[in-house]
Amino acid sequence: MKINFRLNGVDITVDAPGGQRLIDFLRDTQNLVGTKEGCGKGECGACTILLDGKPVCSCLMLVSQVMGREVVTIEGLAEADKAHPVQEAFTETGAVQCGYCSPGFVLSSVALLDSNPKPSREEIKRGLSGNLCRCTGYEKIFEAVEVASKKMVSRKKKRG
Amino acid sequence: MSVVGKRVKRSESSLRVHGAGLFADDLKYHGMLHAAVVRSPIARGQIQKIDLAGTLAKEGVAGVYTFKDIPGRNAIPVVIDDQPFLAEKYVNYIGEPIAVVVADSRRNARAAAKSVEMKIKKLDALIDILDARNHPDIHLFGEDNVFKHLKIRRGDIDKAFAECDVVIENQYRTPYQEHAYIEPQAMIAIPLPDGTIEIRGSMQCPFYVRKAVTAVLGLPDSKVKVIQTATGGAFGGKEDVPSLLACQAALPALKLGRPVKLVYDRTEDMVTMSKRHPAWIRYKSGATKDGILRAAEVEYIIDGGAYSTLSAVVLFRGTAHAVGPYKCENVKVDSYAVATNKVPAGAFRGFGSPQILFAAESQMDMLAEKLNLDPVEFRRRNLLRTGDRTITNQKLQNSVGLEKTLDKVMEVSGWNPRVKNDDGIGFGISTIFYGVGLGSGGKNLARTGARVIIHGDGSVLFSVGTTEIGQGMTTVLSQIVADELGVPFEWVDMLATDTSRVPDSGPTVASRSTTMSGNALRDACIKIKSVLQIEASELLGCSVSDIVIDDGLVSAGSKNIPLMDVIKSCTIKRKPLSAEGWHISPPTSFDENTGQGDPYVTYAWSTNLAKVRVDRETGEVAVLKIWSAHDVGKAINPALAEGQIEGGVLQGFGYAVMEDMKSNSSGAIMNPEFSTYIIPTTADQPEIVPLIVEDPYPDGPFGAKGFGEQPLMGVAPAVANAVYNAVGARIKELPLTPERIWWALRLL
Repeated sequence: MKINFRLNGVDITVDAPGGQRLIDFLRDTQNLVGTKEGCGKGECGACTILLDGKPVCSCLMLVSQVMGREVVTIEGLAEADKAHPVQEAFTETGAVQCGYCSPGFVLSSVALLDSNPKPSREEIKRGLSGNLCRCTGYEKIFEAVEVASKKMVSRKKKRG
Repeated sequence: MSVVGKRVKRSESSLRVHGAGLFADDLKYHGMLHAAVVRSPIARGQIQKIDLAGTLAKEGVAGVYTFKDIPGRNAIPVVIDDQPFLAEKYVNYIGEPIAVVVADSRRNARAAAKSVEMKIKKLDALIDILDARNHPDIHLFGEDNVFKHLKIRRGDIDKAFAECDVVIENQYRTPYQEHAYIEPQAMIAIPLPDGTIEIRGSMQCPFYVRKAVTAVLGLPDSKVKVIQTATGGAFGGKEDVPSLLACQAALPALKLGRPVKLVYDRTEDMVTMSKRHPAWIRYKSGATKDGILRAAEVEYIIDGGAYSTLSAVVLFRGTAHAVGPYKCENVKVDSYAVATNKVPAGAFRGFGSPQILFAAESQMDMLAEKLNLDPVEFRRRNLLRTGDRTITNQKLQNSVGLEKTLDKVMEVSGWNPRVKNDDGIGFGISTIFYGVGLGSGGKNLARTGARVIIHGDGSVLFSVGTTEIGQGMTTVLSQIVADELGVPFEWVDMLATDTSRVPDSGPTVASRSTTMSGNALRDACIKIKSVLQIEASELLGCSVSDIVIDDGLVSAGSKNIPLMDVIKSCTIKRKPLSAEGWHISPPTSFDENTGQGDPYVTYAWSTNLAKVRVDRETGEVAVLKIWSAHDVGKAINPALAEGQIEGGVLQGFGYAVMEDMKSNSSGAIMNPEFSTYIIPTTADQPEIVPLIVEDPYPDGPFGAKGFGEQPLMGVAPAVANAVYNAVGARIKELPLTPERIWWALRLL
């Protein structure tokens, strides 16, 4: 079926089987392999994408469900090759170990900071609880979100 | 300017946060097919018929392969070769591989794998760990179902127990723990036109994979090339089992001459891949009223599952660590790895020691209480210091920072064990240790190679045989190379680990990469540096001994030139700026009759303190804070060392209070998904305080020793001791679920 939607800032029209999982469409058809599959059941958050700015598991969605909507994957986060402040912060704080969960965590963190620019530690813990990481113990991920929050708030101020 | 000891940013992290396609499932090859595995639905049975005709006719199917198609040996070699690659006459656990199906898509391959018609006659299965030894009817391994029996005999325990003022005896149990790496197992086999099979995949141990693929395909080492892709977590769970996947992909790839990719789904991964051994422990220990641990008698049984895989070496580590980091003159340990009709258990961070340390450290607290000593004072009277001998009679020559870790935790936490807390709040301590490297259990593998090259433009590329699995090895080794050569950190890169680049360097396990590959790289760098020094001395007109190379600058007294000039000069004069390095571990020993010897080259040491709050009504335990101090010799990169502590502590926290993989009486794993096998989420995370202690290890690079596993190991006993101190309930079975605590409180 024909599906129109906005993918990483570009309006596209694709012919895809409506029953295809969104993650498979992204990875196999669009070669956007930054979206990772960890469980295929919406339990680990590795396949998180932003759908109209909200984090969702792309393994639980069908491509037909994104008709007319906006999808952002990890590949679409950096603007003009400039890393998003959340990506910078994850690198600077050491929030990445194996890195398999990182795209999902980065996108969930972006969504959290967009809705709550200065979250408390408790709000970060709740906001990211849909993403599993087995390497880091989460401590440096929380630090990354706090660092990113400061970066984003100060950039907004600069822009006026 | 030295980068060793600095909090340098990880080499590969910026690629990962952009979602670069570095993992096995991100790769595609022309003509690639997809594999799926046909597995045993029952725990034990006799295969009577496998009908492939229907499966071959399914949509997209390109082939189905059984043991009959194996050109080499039907074995996955690990320690011994009892595990077949594909089952022939019998199956011995639920999920045992029987056949491999390949098709044009993953979906078609998985659907076709389910369609294979099999007739398997059910046989009585051996499930319970305590039924395994000398089972009258079921013989899974030898006559007694014992893969390995190890012993320690030291002093005279009967006499010692008779002289003790307090003696405590208990039984303990610990469950499976699942690695839960977020990237499921994934592997690709690519047949090359010259007959080489190239394997790319998620793994810890490329040389293990090569050994298995060469055995199964009947190829020489030179015709199987194994390259590690980015690996999304491992923790021991990608030590031996990736060999299975590699063979499952390589056999059809060889037969069809096409690349074959194999990725397990999460449930398949949890049902069929290795896990931490469940354990049963009987522990008797005694002390005299002067607070000295006098005797320990330990019976330790681990459930190896259907095939021996790594169980013998897991048992070895558990045995050597059976009494914890204490002096004890009278010790009797009998440990057994037994066979059951369940999925083979294997390596997991700590490797047989977390189970026994849970028991040992619970006993220490109980003895302290009976002696009217606080648990810290009791430990101080017994812990190992430089010059002491371990229970295997190993004399500790240096780098024994155990008491420093204890001091550090006490200082930072401000905890006073003699101060009573409010009801429901408790603190608990554990002191533990970890034998660094393979030790005498794997001493033939205790060598490693490296290759370093400085290109004409000054960029440096190195290869090692150990792997980056998220722990930060790439960064740490790059720091070592940068300092050894005197080049800026940014000049240095590591090639993906590839069996064709360096000689067999053993596995990436046992916290050995920093010391082993670090030392091999130093060996290579010293050779290159001597070429640079001679060339620089000619350019500067001074003697070689005056040359200092640091951060890209060469100086001799007041004269200096850029290192780049020296490199260019070497290039023009055709002097070689590449070298191979090699390192072998110092000797180790272990007498299997007495359990005496020097099982490990050195030890890392740790103290953990947990603060908990227990709800008496529900039995729920909230772990509020964990202080975790580790003697690492030297932290090459303190930020990465902290990352190892934080991550390991959280896995240990999961093992302590929530991770509970269960199998039923038919041998089936009951909770093979993240919604039922619960690992800690962000919302569960207790505050973790990582503390680093540096008591240098003279044989390690810059004084470093390995410690990556240790952060997991001491958490469960610290939490169990804290729960006891909070509400008086002594829990002897992990995890400390609300149900267990609730029942224990009712029975007080």
